[in-house]
Amino acid sequence: MTPELVSVTIDGMTVQVPKGTSIIEAAKQAGVLVPHYCYHPSLPSPAVCRMCLVEVEKAPKLMPACVTTVAEGQVVHTDSEQARKARTGVLEFLLINHPLDCPICDQAGECELQDYVFQEGQAATRYGEFAKRYNPVEDFGPDVLYVANRCILCTRCVRFMEDVAGAPVLNVSERGDRAYIGIDQDQLLDHPWAGNVVDLCPVGSLISKDFLHKARAWDLDKTASVCTGCSQGCNVMLDTRDNVVVRVRPRPNLDVNRHFICDHGRMHYRWMNRGDRIEAPLVREGGRHLATDWEPALVRLAQLAARGGNTVILASGSASFESLAQLRALVGKATLTTGVQLLLADDEQPLPGVPGLALRHERAANGTGARLLGYGEDWNAAVKAASGANLVLLLDVTLTDAEAALVSGAGAVVVLGTTLAQALPAAELVLPVTNVAEESGTFINRDQRVQRYRQARTAPGMARPAWWIAAGAAGTDIGTAAEAFAAGAAMVPALAGLTYADLGLNGRLAGPPSRRADGVPA
Amino acid sequence: MGYPHPSHAGEHPVLSKHFGDAGARTFDGWVKRGGYEGLKKALGMTRDQVVEEVKASGLRGRGGAGFPTGMKWSFMPKEVVKPHYLVCNADESEPGTFKDREIIRWTPHQLIEGCAIGAHAIGAERIYIYIRGEFTHEHRILLAAVDEAYKGGALGANVFGSGRRIDVVVHRGAGAYICGEETAMMNSIEGKRGNPRIKPPFPAVAGLWACPTTINNVETLAAAGHILRQGGAWYKGLCRGNPKSTGTKLFSVCGHVQRPGNYEVVMGTSMKELIYDMCGGMRPGRTLKAVIPGGSSVPIMTPAEVEDCLLDYEGVVAKGSMLGSGGMIVMDDSTDLVYQVMRLARFYAHESCAQCTQCREGTAWTTRILEKILAGKGRREDLDLLLDLADNMTGKTICVLSDSCAAPVVSAIRKFPAEFDAYISREKQPVMVTA
Amino acid sequence: MSTAHAAGETHQPVFVGPTRAQLEALFPKYPTKQSVLLPALWLVQEARGWISEGALHEVAEVLGLTPAYVKGVVTFYTMYHTHPVGRHFIQVCTTSPCNICGAEEVTKAFLRHTGCGELGATSPDGRFTVIEVECLGACGFATPVLIDDDFVEGVTPERVAGILQGYK
Ligand SMILES: Cc1cc2nc3c(=O)[nH]c(=O)nc-3n(C[C@H](O)[C@H](O)[C@H](O)COP(=O)(O)O)c2cc1C
Ligand code: SF4
Ligand code: SF4
Ligand code: FES
Repeated sequence: MTPELVSVTIDGMTVQVPKGTSIIEAAKQAGVLVPHYCYHPSLPSPAVCRMCLVEVEKAPKLMPACVTTVAEGQVVHTDSEQARKARTGVLEFLLINHPLDCPICDQAGECELQDYVFQEGQAATRYGEFAKRYNPVEDFGPDVLYVANRCILCTRCVRFMEDVAGAPVLNVSERGDRAYIGIDQDQLLDHPWAGNVVDLCPVGSLISKDFLHKARAWDLDKTASVCTGCSQGCNVMLDTRDNVVVRVRPRPNLDVNRHFICDHGRMHYRWMNRGDRIEAPLVREGGRHLATDWEPALVRLAQLAARGGNTVILASGSASFESLAQLRALVGKATLTTGVQLLLADDEQPLPGVPGLALRHERAANGTGARLLGYGEDWNAAVKAASGANLVLLLDVTLTDAEAALVSGAGAVVVLGTTLAQALPAAELVLPVTNVAEESGTFINRDQRVQRYRQARTAPGMARPAWWIAAGAAGTDIGTAAEAFAAGAAMVPALAGLTYADLGLNGRLAGPPSRRADGVPA
Repeated sequence: MGYPHPSHAGEHPVLSKHFGDAGARTFDGWVKRGGYEGLKKALGMTRDQVVEEVKASGLRGRGGAGFPTGMKWSFMPKEVVKPHYLVCNADESEPGTFKDREIIRWTPHQLIEGCAIGAHAIGAERIYIYIRGEFTHEHRILLAAVDEAYKGGALGANVFGSGRRIDVVVHRGAGAYICGEETAMMNSIEGKRGNPRIKPPFPAVAGLWACPTTINNVETLAAAGHILRQGGAWYKGLCRGNPKSTGTKLFSVCGHVQRPGNYEVVMGTSMKELIYDMCGGMRPGRTLKAVIPGGSSVPIMTPAEVEDCLLDYEGVVAKGSMLGSGGMIVMDDSTDLVYQVMRLARFYAHESCAQCTQCREGTAWTTRILEKILAGKGRREDLDLLLDLADNMTGKTICVLSDSCAAPVVSAIRKFPAEFDAYISREKQPVMVTA
Repeated sequence: MSTAHAAGETHQPVFVGPTRAQLEALFPKYPTKQSVLLPALWLVQEARGWISEGALHEVAEVLGLTPAYVKGVVTFYTMYHTHPVGRHFIQVCTTSPCNICGAEEVTKAFLRHTGCGELGATSPDGRFTVIEVECLGACGFATPVLIDDDFVEGVTPERVAGILQGYK
């Protein structure tokens, strides 16, 4: 059923929006950003900051755009004299107790207070000689510090914990200008989703210990990616500085993770920067691994693959769809056994306020992609099969000593690996591959949503995406990730015809075209 | 009864008729004085008939806003799908107001009767009477009266044999002026911080526990009993001024009058008559400087404005202020208006619930500027700043506490500039302000 | 049974015996447990004189709330004491209507006669704590003073010494 539409005019621009839409959301459609602090599209709106006041024709006073719903024929002015004065007033009130310690504040550069004050704040302070409110910094939990002096009491953090996480461990304490955000020392912010309060905080009041003084916002490069922490497939942003991933933050996707990620995913990035990497193709000669060029390495791989017979692929559940597809294609006619490392955990950690969002049992990003490509889930059986196989291909897996011993019994072992620890001494070939931060690719999440991630840092040495290696050895004419995806999609009926262009920033559901239409339009 | 003083001829005691008469406090005493007749009559009428009677009386809310009571009751859904609730606002915290306290102290059954009538009119089975925590004696009196009312059949599963169930729960506040605001009160009853809620939804749609709820002031509900007993037409006839303001009203007069206390007069009585005749005017040798007529949240009036002001909703508005709760603060020429305005600003800064930016920060900043002026460090620009802050604090927040802080400041600066000049020009000795 | 808390203090439960019964009697009066919070806190304060960390945790537990939530509410309402106070707690109204009638002199008299010295402090003998409060809703009876649960009207500096005699 299509919702009833109403027509509103905002700053001269007329838009049609569903009945019940707030003015602030309608304004977005009209290309107008109404400044706000307490409002957040994934939280209930308390309308307390009063920053979003706008003029609505015929209304007796300014209206909060965040909670006022549109009405047919409504005319809204967000930039009238009155509205602007109200905003300047709010900014001034927020600043009187704000420390203005931007030079040492982690939020500087991505602070909504800084931004709006810069846009339309008062030129000079009228607060003058009065002392600012002072409260000490408090430890709020494993990764969160509360810098009370910077707090603008928007209550986003309190509402997230209460209404979304269902664990009301934060409060507003006291009244009037003595108010602050409080916590009980027996129940800190250790909820598996608590880290989101740091992102939600519009100022530098809640800060991450992990990120503390690591980088200035303007020195960061941001890359759209997908979390590899589990099969939920939360959309994330990888923040890099000088080619190092320094932070993972949620990237909004209303159909997958809204505006949130769990703490497991948030902290799941250090390995991306590991220094102990395989940097060049290695071939085994006389019991030693010698570095070589890609060309001879690919020729050698092609020879091994062509031998046929029993072949086993052991792959990481977080390998890209493109790589998994090309690796399969490479071994084409051989008798194939496959195993995917899905890293199953005992627990699942849902975020109660967002149905369908949880840190999943399956702690790998692309189990669904692997399954769609026909990869087997019985890892142990595949490892056992490896011991007697003609050829074993390992894709970004770290084996236990026992597993390594079994695998080393195979006729030939080829390691497509990221870290040196993955390079088995018995391997014929050790080929350096890129990790998720160093390549472009796609994962398919548990709901069969096909989602792209982009390259965030340059790969070490000669590392290449595994699909490039496999395609090169197979002599296939695939030169880009997009081509690798299209080739892989052709192998899976549910993905037939899908291209990168269709996936956009928020992905598409796999399945027959009718189901795909349920995804976010490209 | 001009409690605690003898009644004055200019008064028209209805609600206050038994103030000071301890015998009226008990159930039997109240019945002996004609009490509970109004409730019995109401129980014989339909919900609609009761609402119509109150509409006909012209009764308007005595808590401050003056909203027509019958109309407010008519907003409640006709069908009772979810439980309906009546909340009686006995939080009385507006500086200058102390009338509800006397109603409860002397005539608790007058209130219970009114509450039961209101509950019947809106289809509620349960009433919460929210009494401020500081009213310790009145709390005890009320609890005892509720007990008696159950025993006497005025409350319970079958009120006076009508088959109608009406229960009263007395809920005690714990020190928060803002809980007098109706939506904050609902939060407080629900066990939350007393934060006012955004409207819509209005209480009649989603109030206590998201159920249809009506909130009325103590005096409003007490009046309902008399209206039912003597008829809406009788009440409407009590009017000396604008026909939109009917009935009697309790005025709490305090400050520099010779006989402070509660005075019940017919709407439209002259303010001067109240202050000078009934309350005895200023102390010997003193003259009137200012009046805050409707509790501390309304603009201050000058003696000239008081001169021909009529005490009804429209009359006080015509003189640039508001009738509010009827708490009248009278100040003579010994008053340091700058100091008192600072005290009021400090009151609001202390009571701000902290939700809205303008109120949380503005009330505190306003207080600091006034303290600075008192300390002899003020500048002329500070007055412009105060006025501008007041503008930024008015009409922009969830509730009107913010506006209430601004109103006395603006009116004092506009109407009594010399008071501020005296400090700014260092003519007047600075005052040490203790926080 | 007693429970230990981060603060290190050991807490003897409040809601036992008659106080428990009083608490239980409150539940039917409200449709949710949370709504019993204010009256439950009053029961604690009546029993103990103030609301300690331990008591706060106990209230949270019996009502199914988090301690942080309860603390947010407790600190909103000024009549709940989160610190121990003197045996007798004296609250003098000094808001404008009483202020113009001399309330600040009354406060000073209380500070002098109790030996408290300053607002909010407890007298050396532990008998009194004096604070200024905002409007007590009895402006026509200036100056009203709330001593524990006794509401005293029309207090003048001269009456203070006599009034204090009644509080040992
Ligand atoms: C800040 C604030 C404080 C208030 N305090 C009181 C109060 O103490 N007592 C009261 O009856 N109404 C108070 N009100 C008004 C109530 O919100 C509400 O309008 C009133 O209780 C409705 O009852 P009535 O229609 O019978 O007047 C206050 C309003 C505001 C905004
Ligand atoms: S800590 Fe941040 S999110 Fe929480 S209330 Fe303060 S400013 Fe808002
Ligand atoms: S105006 Fe003040 S008291 Fe009212 S809701 Fe806003 S902050 Fe609270
Ligand atoms: S965003 Fe609307 S009031 Fe805060």
